[in-house]
Amino acid sequence: MPPPRMLPEPTPETRNFWDGCKAGELRLQRCTDCDGGSYFPPRPFCPRCGSRKVEAYKASGQGVLWSYVINMRPRPDMGTEPYAIAVVKLAEGPQMMTNIVGCPQTPEALVLDMPVKVTFAPQNDDISLPFFEPAGA
Amino acid sequence: MKRKSIAVVGAAETTQMGKIPNVSVIGLHADAALNALADCGLKPSDIDGVATAGISPVDLAHYMGITPTYADGTSVGGCSFMLHVRHAAAAINEGLCNTVLITHGESGRSRVGAGGFGRAASSLAGQFEMPYGPAGPPTMFTVPVLRYLKARGYTVEDLAQVAVIQREWAAKNPRASYKDPITVEDVLKSDMIAWPFTKLMCCLVTDGGGALILTSAERAKDFPQKPVYILGTGESVETPMVSQMEDFTSSKAFRVSGKKAFEESGVSHADVDHLMIYDAFAHLPLYGLEDLGFCKPGEAAGFIKGRNTAPGGKLPLNTNGGGLSYMHSGMYGMYALQESVRQMRGVAPAQVPGAKISIAHGVGGMFAASGTIVFSNEAP
Ligand SMILES: [Zn+2]
Repeated sequence: MPPPRMLPEPTPETRNFWDGCKAGELRLQRCTDCDGGSYFPPRPFCPRCGSRKVEAYKASGQGVLWSYVINMRPRPDMGTEPYAIAVVKLAEGPQMMTNIVGCPQTPEALVLDMPVKVTFAPQNDDISLPFFEPAGA
Repeated sequence: MKRKSIAVVGAAETTQMGKIPNVSVIGLHADAALNALADCGLKPSDIDGVATAGISPVDLAHYMGITPTYADGTSVGGCSFMLHVRHAAAAINEGLCNTVLITHGESGRSRVGAGGFGRAASSLAGQFEMPYGPAGPPTMFTVPVLRYLKARGYTVEDLAQVAVIQREWAAKNPRASYKDPITVEDVLKSDMIAWPFTKLMCCLVTDGGGALILTSAERAKDFPQKPVYILGTGESVETPMVSQMEDFTSSKAFRVSGKKAFEESGVSHADVDHLMIYDAFAHLPLYGLEDLGFCKPGEAAGFIKGRNTAPGGKLPLNTNGGGLSYMHSGMYGMYALQESVRQMRGVAPAQVPGAKISIAHGVGGMFAASGTIVFSNEAP
């Protein structure tokens, strides 16, 4: 038996994000005190101005493939086939690490700047991971 | 810091290098420390300041029998030792201590008395990176690179070229792990680790260590070795998660640390005779040349391909062979510093004739941190 996939352990400051994933929403945060825009990962204050007046909101789930590597030596909990470790640049600005699903894990299929959209993969009762797939797929 | 006020008077690596199954991590620290003490004719009781990373400065002080009035445990990855040099210089200038021992030791390959890797599942990296399958530095440090290549118009051949030229330097170094010449084709044909990175674009995994001893420039004249003066220093940190780098084509920590070190030192780029850029992977020298201001963005690959950093070139870079061919125990910054000191003493295996100014630039984590030291062998 391969080990179970390494999963996040939410903290009080990130719980809302993971609850969003479970509910099928990609939640980002933004400041209501400055024009700093959206930020990620979640924290209870604005990393640009320090204000605690921040709000979580449902993001579009749209982005582009920003960069990636294809890991040829899979981590034991990730199966046996090579997989891409990707970073997506979200339409709202922040970058996030993810996996790209619904397409071959090859340089030919994974083209930088291709549009992608979020999709949620339940892992257990508490955690759904936000993956991305080619938009239009 | 005060310019030219501090000097390196002792410097040494571990007695053995590469595969050392008979020495533990703390043993490697001690071996390097004893060699550095012998290099400058001091005993442990002469040391009143300690700094290290990986293990605690408490471990180091106790094991060596040192009772310090200054201890620095700054641990920000492989460039920690650049930060230790910087802090030690400030501490000596402030009178906190007189003589500082900085050590590194790591059983990267044999893992004798070494701790495990891993990040807590509740840390930010544990929540927002680890679930997606990164398996150590080869799959994390490399993540920004496809974006960088696209933005700069560079190719995978440009990455391979970095490894090829560093092997030319390694060939001149009897202690280098790999000395046989390689071609761009060899690099591209070596095992694919994490596309587009092949094995020969990734650092070695070895055992080893090194130590430095610093004191005031005034005292430095009384030691057996030629003093190596510290002209300027810089440090910065950016993010514990490579995915959160502000700009995938440039390291903010590199830019801030490098600028600070140049400003402190008062030297210009044209003054620099020798350069070390911590090369955990083949893209690091490209980022480093650009972020330190030696090349404009987009010109670093051509600069390397044009043999400017190769033996005989105008800016000799990573002259020990680097992390790609010399050795890499995990926190390589110490070896970059050691090579700068050797070049300034005039005793490097691949000595740059007449070199007077050397810069050692380090990275910590995956673009997480940076430290830069400007050295000179000319007395204040
Ligand atoms: Zn704000």
